Amino acid sequence: MSLRILSAALLCLGITVALGWAVLDRPAPEENLPERVTSAMPESGVEHPITAVLLNFRSYDTLLEIAVLLLAVVVALALREAQPDRPEQMGLENPLLRAVMAWLLPLILIVAGFLLWAGSYQPGGAFQAGSVLAAAGVLLRLAGVTTAWLDNAALMRAGLALGLLTFLGIGLLVMIPGVPFLTYPLAHAGTLILVIELTLTLSIGLTLISLFRLTPPYADDPDEAREQDAEAP
Amino acid sequence: MPWLDLLLGLTLVVTAALALAARDMFRAVIMFIVFGLLMALAWVRLQAPDIALAEAAIGAGLTGVLLLDTLGYLRRPFGSRVDKPGDRP
Repeated sequence: MSLRILSAALLCLGITVALGWAVLDRPAPEENLPERVTSAMPESGVEHPITAVLLNFRSYDTLLEIAVLLLAVVVALALREAQPDRPEQMGLENPLLRAVMAWLLPLILIVAGFLLWAGSYQPGGAFQAGSVLAAAGVLLRLAGVTTAWLDNAALMRAGLALGLLTFLGIGLLVMIPGVPFLTYPLAHAGTLILVIELTLTLSIGLTLISLFRLTPPYADDPDEAREQDAEAP
Repeated sequence: MPWLDLLLGLTLVVTAALALAARDMFRAVIMFIVFGLLMALAWVRLQAPDIALAEAAIGAGLTGVLLLDTLGYLRRPFGSRVDKPGDRP
């Protein structure tokens, strides 16, 4: 037993030393990427370098990221059916939570909108705004507020795919004048990026909410669950 | 500020170790959420506010909620785990 522990410790030590050596011995970067980004900023259509990289200079990466997110939620949807939002299944019948929600919800929506809008000139953007939107959805579900429109499968799927489809569509449309895929024309770059980010925010928010909605209904007490089953047709 | 950064780094390692070593799953999940929030602070200190925002919202917030939800599901008695209403024999 002690021999196994000793060999594991030695292995860990060896990997740590190798990693440290790799970090210390890495080759110097051959080109100054921050400088290249800064010099190309006027062509990006936005003022924040990170948004410029994510949605203009390396928008292909972001496109694939969104595709992976969509794939993940499609697999999750295939494995489980979304649970309908029923207040009696939330287990949090708390009037205080609902009262707080009434105050918080507008604030959360404003923050999501601000993060999306702020993305063009300061930290923020579609991913952050989308996750704040999803937080609002999670709170709504915990408070037992029924959101019937989320149960509309066709609408939900359209919302999930909206971001990727808009991104792809704009990427393909800009090819008409004869430029490569996802090369936005300078005059409209800012608008196009904002449109893409808006749809991405909606899709990312819906993706995260639908992942949360795939969790099973809440019934702590087995007898209660049986009663619920008996009531269900 | 270097002392604060050192403290932050050490706390990160300690919370990560606590999350991994915790016997009680609930404690592990809470430690994971604490780790995520501290990680967001570390990203701010590394001058990466974009990643800090994403880490706080997705890493600590939504993942924490999903983990807690899963934990609540696992703690239920086996017979009451229902996939779909009316699905159980």
